[in-house]
Amino acid sequence: MTSRQLATRMAPRDRTLAMLGGEATDANLRRYLHGIPGVDAVGLEQRAADLGSRSIKTTSKKWALDTIIRLIDLTTLEGADTRGKVRSLVGKAMTPDAGDPSCPRVAAVCVYGDMVPHAVEALGAAHSAGTDSGINVAAVATAFPSGRSSLAVKLADTADAVAAGADEIDMVIDRGAFLSGNYGLVFDEIVAVKEACRRPDGTHAHLKVILETGELNTYDNVRRASWLAILAGGDFIKTSTGKVAPAATLPVTLSMLEVVRDWHRLTGEKIGVKPAGGIRTSKDAIKYLVTVAETVGEEWLEPHLFRFGASSLLNDVLLQRQKMTTGHYSGPDYVTID
Amino acid sequence: MTRLAIPKTYKLYIGGKFPRSESGRVYEILAKKGDFLANAAKASRKDAREAVVAARAAVGGWSGATAYNRGQVLYRIAELLEGRRAQFVDEIMSTEGVSAAAASAQVDEAIDRWVWYAGWADKYVQVAGNANPVSGPFFNISVPEPTGIVAIVAPQTGGSLLGLVSAVAPALVAGNTVVVIANETMPLSAISLSEVLATSDVPGGVVNILTGSPAEIAPWLASHADVNALDLLGAGSLDWVDLQIAAAETLKRVLPPENGPDAATPSVDRIVAFTETKTVWHTKGLI
Amino acid sequence: MNFLDYAPAPESQAILNLRSDYGLFIDGQFVAGRGTPFPTINPATEKPIAMIANANDADVDDAVAAARRAYNGPWSRLSGSDRGKYLFRIARLVQERARELAVAESLDNGKPIKESRDVDVPLVAAWFFYYAGWADKLDHAGLGPNPASLGVAAQVIPWNFPLLMLAWKIAPALAAGNTVVLKPAETTSLTAMLFAEILQQADLPAGVVNIITGAGNTGQALVNHPDVNKVAFTGSTAVGRAIARSVAGTDKKLTLELGGKAANIVFDDAPIDQAIEGIVNGIFFNQGHVCCAGSRLLVQESIHDEVLDRLKGRISTLRLGDPLDKNTDIGAINSAAQLKRITELTAMGEQEGAERWTADCAIPENGFWFAPTIFTNVSTSHRIARDEIFGPVLSVLTFRTPAEAIAKANNTPYGLSAGIWTDKGSRILAVADKLRAGVIWANTFNRFDPASPFGGYKESGYGREGGRPGLAAYLKPATSRHRSVTTAAPAAPAVSAAPAAKTPSARKKAAK
Repeated sequence: MTSRQLATRMAPRDRTLAMLGGEATDANLRRYLHGIPGVDAVGLEQRAADLGSRSIKTTSKKWALDTIIRLIDLTTLEGADTRGKVRSLVGKAMTPDAGDPSCPRVAAVCVYGDMVPHAVEALGAAHSAGTDSGINVAAVATAFPSGRSSLAVKLADTADAVAAGADEIDMVIDRGAFLSGNYGLVFDEIVAVKEACRRPDGTHAHLKVILETGELNTYDNVRRASWLAILAGGDFIKTSTGKVAPAATLPVTLSMLEVVRDWHRLTGEKIGVKPAGGIRTSKDAIKYLVTVAETVGEEWLEPHLFRFGASSLLNDVLLQRQKMTTGHYSGPDYVTID
Repeated sequence: MTRLAIPKTYKLYIGGKFPRSESGRVYEILAKKGDFLANAAKASRKDAREAVVAARAAVGGWSGATAYNRGQVLYRIAELLEGRRAQFVDEIMSTEGVSAAAASAQVDEAIDRWVWYAGWADKYVQVAGNANPVSGPFFNISVPEPTGIVAIVAPQTGGSLLGLVSAVAPALVAGNTVVVIANETMPLSAISLSEVLATSDVPGGVVNILTGSPAEIAPWLASHADVNALDLLGAGSLDWVDLQIAAAETLKRVLPPENGPDAATPSVDRIVAFTETKTVWHTKGLI
Repeated sequence: MNFLDYAPAPESQAILNLRSDYGLFIDGQFVAGRGTPFPTINPATEKPIAMIANANDADVDDAVAAARRAYNGPWSRLSGSDRGKYLFRIARLVQERARELAVAESLDNGKPIKESRDVDVPLVAAWFFYYAGWADKLDHAGLGPNPASLGVAAQVIPWNFPLLMLAWKIAPALAAGNTVVLKPAETTSLTAMLFAEILQQADLPAGVVNIITGAGNTGQALVNHPDVNKVAFTGSTAVGRAIARSVAGTDKKLTLELGGKAANIVFDDAPIDQAIEGIVNGIFFNQGHVCCAGSRLLVQESIHDEVLDRLKGRISTLRLGDPLDKNTDIGAINSAAQLKRITELTAMGEQEGAERWTADCAIPENGFWFAPTIFTNVSTSHRIARDEIFGPVLSVLTFRTPAEAIAKANNTPYGLSAGIWTDKGSRILAVADKLRAGVIWANTFNRFDPASPFGGYKESGYGREGGRPGLAAYLKPATSRHRSVTTAAPAAPAVSAAPAAKTPSARKKAAK
């Protein structure tokens, strides 16, 4: 049986074990992950720079700006977050541009687990709550951002958020374990967190696996961690917590998109990608759209397959959007703050 | 009663062996005074062709040897020449009609020339190569490499041994192999040098020595597609422009004839003339 | 909407201020040529851009005479540092007029604006900056103290990188103290004439650079002119061979940058995504109109299918069309003649049994276009594996071992460039050692830099451009070519025509 046949015919867990050639031990994972072709940093960065030099104008730009809004996880992850702050964020998510009802809504709001009830409450009927329409609530979990706690705490953190109505869980991997070669531990935790995402009715919250690429440091590590997260059952792979620099970069995101493309070639499954942190301008965000479209295809430019983790990006997009609508440059007093 | 001398048979030197010309031809080598000295093999175009085949076969090994090793092998030639200097002095005196002192001086200079060029083997790359500070994340380095097979017309005037050595030694330094047409009328020291080479550490085929008519053989080498470079050092009295035109067919590297006392002065230029600069770009990525 | 059909993003031509006619640039002035002028056309539309003067033999004489006067006069009286200052001025003017030059280049040549804007023109400025700094440091060029310039340099350049090749030729020649007569290619004279305007703005002394336009016979008259001391040519091996013949027996120093059929070798442990990019860049950069293009893909048999699959997917995202659109990846073929050659050679590839795959992209109605094409099942005996196609056509061959890859890579009369893709550093170094090519890119391709020597082995020519060797190609040692043992220093390129006593027949041949 070819690896492609193996990959497409079997149930996900069995498939992963068959691809690994045994249980998800450190040794088996190491053999698999280190057998993946390497990344040449210079070439990767050059390709990302080339993609970033596309010139997106007029109708394409208008579409791109609306698409960026639809793909945003509008985020607040501060120690100072309160019910009021979350309500304000949700208001912005529902009505990004108070002066333009044609402006699309964002994909989700992203908050700490204890803020989930406030977000759900504030969204009210606008909450997707498992449907295909509306705004999702995403919660960071598993001792975000460091991930330094026991597995029991991480699972409880996750289960609490899901129980409170979170539609998506943004977990962090154990970077220490990954960097010390403890791939089995990282794998098992993702599997366990995914299980903790399960709701009583059998559905489960979508799992985004944060690699914290700034700590993984090398592109080879990013690529291996991406494969590892997907093999373990992640629905999305996400670059960063936003708490570590560098956060999302175009080359890192390109590298992750290449893994997603290869996984799709192998299994037919579509995995989502979420660059988070550091994307603040429309110009930058458009580079990501181009990179997605030219690497995995345009069909990935949908909220279930691509997200921007961002906060200040939204208003820059709105300013650009107003410029395209009115023909003149706008200013920060003409967009609302959350 | 004097013992009857045993005359020496002079042959070609191809691929480390001493064949007669496939044509069966010989020509008379006369002493300066006109006396018959010996018959030398008169190489044909097919001998030249065989020499190129032998030279090509030897390129990989010789150019692949370490620079240190090539330097030692070239130095060993000087050692062996030193040991047989009396023979070379005798031959030079008889063929060139010069004094013992002059012949001796020529042999000394030839030996010293081998020593000088031998020392370059592991240095010329450092002098002619470069690390290139390109604008980007690349390690970029240029190094000279041997061109391949160098066909040489040895000087036809002046010292027969020194002229030959001055032409052959620099071509060998970088790892080229050589097909050389010796001094037509005074080939004895070339033939004796081939005996030195055969007993030295120089691999067979690295130096191939043809005796005979440069006017007859050189055009075949100049037009031979598997010859990479042409040193017309001693071709000044030939129709050398035609040779250069023939060499243009496969874009051979050509050095023009030189005449006079400064001809083939020892120079790193003569080494680098038969090299190609290779530039390699490597990506440099930390993460 | 389909996002990937990016809305048109044309670079404005408003920045251009072209004339309807261009004369020859001789002795600091634009003068009418005495041959019949010809139009230069936009290969993307087939519409004429401007009329170009045609230099006849008398014009060539005038240009060479002007260069000789400038060489004997003002230019040789200048200090190295002042020569350098002129070159710095030129570099700055190129930067200031960069956008205009890029638009003109894409208009006249057909190359995508993103390449002329991001590659060609920045490198032109870089080349002048690099050699500007050499002008007062010639003692370190590797020819010993006080090396001498050669005199008048005759330079003939191709149409694939019109302005960049001009810079490769003119910058080192002037830095070394020579004067120049340059002939651009017949189909791409426009940016050379804009460059002549830059020389006027820089106030370069009259006659130091002369630019004469015309076809092959103009170039022939120039390189054969008895009063030139140096010939530098970039172009086809056939023409290079003819030039090598014509300068035989003369004192003219010669540099030739000729054709290539580079192997791009992909090992099974290659960083695969970057290798795919390198393959694409290697053969589709500048429509494959690149002498060092990676036109032979040598892929390890074990990953052949996967590489081809990925490659086709990637090529399908290339955008062919208007060279002035900022999103265009593949521009126009430079001329009808070149399109015919590409078409003929690819037809031969099919006849010989290779399997053709061509990207499914819309071809504009007017102009000269050729969609990116791959041939698989190519064997080393096929013409498409041996002849330089000079177009967006890749021939794919396989190998099993490093030794076989090296043998196949070297199995060509050319030796200009090669690529190696592997994650194994020691293999890169060993393979690079054994490839008979002048430029080798390891895990990258088609990179150029003024500090980096460029040039070929075997029938790809001789001499180097770029770096210190590129400077030495325009110099000779202070006295005679060979110096004493004690002062020996690194040398000029292989081919130099040192003064030698010539037989009467040599003189006669040289003159013919």
